[in-house]
Amino acid sequence: MKTVSKMVVINTKLFVREFEGFFFTMIFPIIMLLIFGSIYGNKASDYFGGFGFVDVSVPAYIGIIIAITGLMSIPISIASDRERGILRRYRTLPGGATKVMISWVLFYYLVTTVGTAGLIVTGKLLYGLRFTGNALLVFFLYSLSTIAFLSIGFLLASFMRSARSANAIGMSLLFPMMFFSGAIIPMQNLPLSIKQISVYLPLTYVVDIMQKGWFGGSMSQYGTDLLVLSGIIVVSFLIVRFKFRW
Amino acid sequence: MILKVNNLKKHYGDVKAVDGISFSVKKGEIFGILGPNGAGKTTTLECIEGLQHHDEGDIEIFEKKMTVNDDFFKERMGIQLQESSLPPRMKVWEALDLFSSFYNKNVDWRELLVKLQLEDKKNNYFSSLSGGQKQRVFVALAMVNDPEVLFLDEITTGLDPMARRQMWNVMKTIKYAGKTVVMSTHYMEEAEYLCDRVMIIDKGKVIADGTPGELIDRMGMKNRVIIESEEKIDVEIFKTIKSVLDISVEKGKIEIEGKDTSVLADIARIINDRKIKANIQYKTANLEDVYLHLTDHFNEEVI
Repeated sequence: MKTVSKMVVINTKLFVREFEGFFFTMIFPIIMLLIFGSIYGNKASDYFGGFGFVDVSVPAYIGIIIAITGLMSIPISIASDRERGILRRYRTLPGGATKVMISWVLFYYLVTTVGTAGLIVTGKLLYGLRFTGNALLVFFLYSLSTIAFLSIGFLLASFMRSARSANAIGMSLLFPMMFFSGAIIPMQNLPLSIKQISVYLPLTYVVDIMQKGWFGGSMSQYGTDLLVLSGIIVVSFLIVRFKFRW
Repeated sequence: MILKVNNLKKHYGDVKAVDGISFSVKKGEIFGILGPNGAGKTTTLECIEGLQHHDEGDIEIFEKKMTVNDDFFKERMGIQLQESSLPPRMKVWEALDLFSSFYNKNVDWRELLVKLQLEDKKNNYFSSLSGGQKQRVFVALAMVNDPEVLFLDEITTGLDPMARRQMWNVMKTIKYAGKTVVMSTHYMEEAEYLCDRVMIIDKGKVIADGTPGELIDRMGMKNRVIIESEEKIDVEIFKTIKSVLDISVEKGKIEIEGKDTSVLADIARIINDRKIKANIQYKTANLEDVYLHLTDHFNEEVI
């Protein structure tokens, strides 16, 4: 426990000191909200079912924060530690693999949550963000989504040889997901051909579940999302368990 | 014996990285593993450290059969890896504090920093340290659990002569503290200076082992006199000296091997008597001669 808490603290310090990860998780989503928020505002409209642009976008952007952590932060940071031989050194420590893995999960969950909180606070303060869901349920849906993307992150990290390749692969997964999952462009505006791709993008289910939860959708509406996200967690866990290299 | 290795074998595909190595290390000694690049030094160490599975043979450490990835052994070992690092923006004290927290048994890492002359670097980022300082941080990290055995893999490779000397002092201090050290190096003067016993390996096999003194003695090339002169010297004149074992001439240099040190005086007398102008050098064999002789010899045999 002592080790895990120290490791989380050190990871946090490194995260702030190295800045790139910090920027993309903490600052970039807020900048996005400020840009689009200043263009579209947050006036309630029929188009958004009686809500405003910001109301609909914040739960979707939370999905983007989650995706950045899973697709970029985790694989890049782990691949770069592996490249430098840091992971091998950790493995020589008593309980090394388990303690380090637990610390990573906690740390990245924490980072994503702080980024999400920053986004919500910004939306609330600047645009009077509306929320009509059940906070506890949304927190659960958020946590499930985050764990699903953390799993994808560790899955990618298991196979990345270098930080450079992790970066390239992360980008090429993140960008299509951002645009084709309904996170930036609402799903109903996407052409049918794109929608066929969306079905295969994990972020689609996160954006869907977050938006439905945010506006108090009933539990029966989440069936597919819950199933897909849980499936991702189970499959990734099994692969990571056997394929992760230190 | 704190460590016993018997017939250790490890291959990667067809390559036999370690091919039947046996040795043992006594408590409190510095044991050196010497050999050219690719000889199997790192693989041997990593098998003992439990970082790699070995294919055949037995490793017994702390009087227990070694098993890979077992905390019993990790708690008692200090490990420095040849190719490792720390996150560039991690501070020295943070690394020590973090690594300490993994172990049940700890020494105060602040004292380690003082011993390793890193006290004033405590708050520095790892990336801002010099090569020698980084290696001393790795030694400190390997010692946070007050280990019984310390494994150092080419700890001085790439260091400048000053930093290397400093590291030697560190290692002497470690030895005086009663620790056992198993180290690999390809600096022979380092092995001669630090190691109680050495083992020379090549192509995964042991080609010689013993104390550095024993190996040098065994070579029988203790006393050599090298004569350089612009004048033509007839080597026959040295054949009258009783203690001469061998005379060879190469590129105008005469090299005479003698049984003992008296050969030098005899040669000097002859040169003086004949008023030959010459430059005389006296050389005793060192571990480097042994090493070069053995590894060369070994390669020839294989080819």
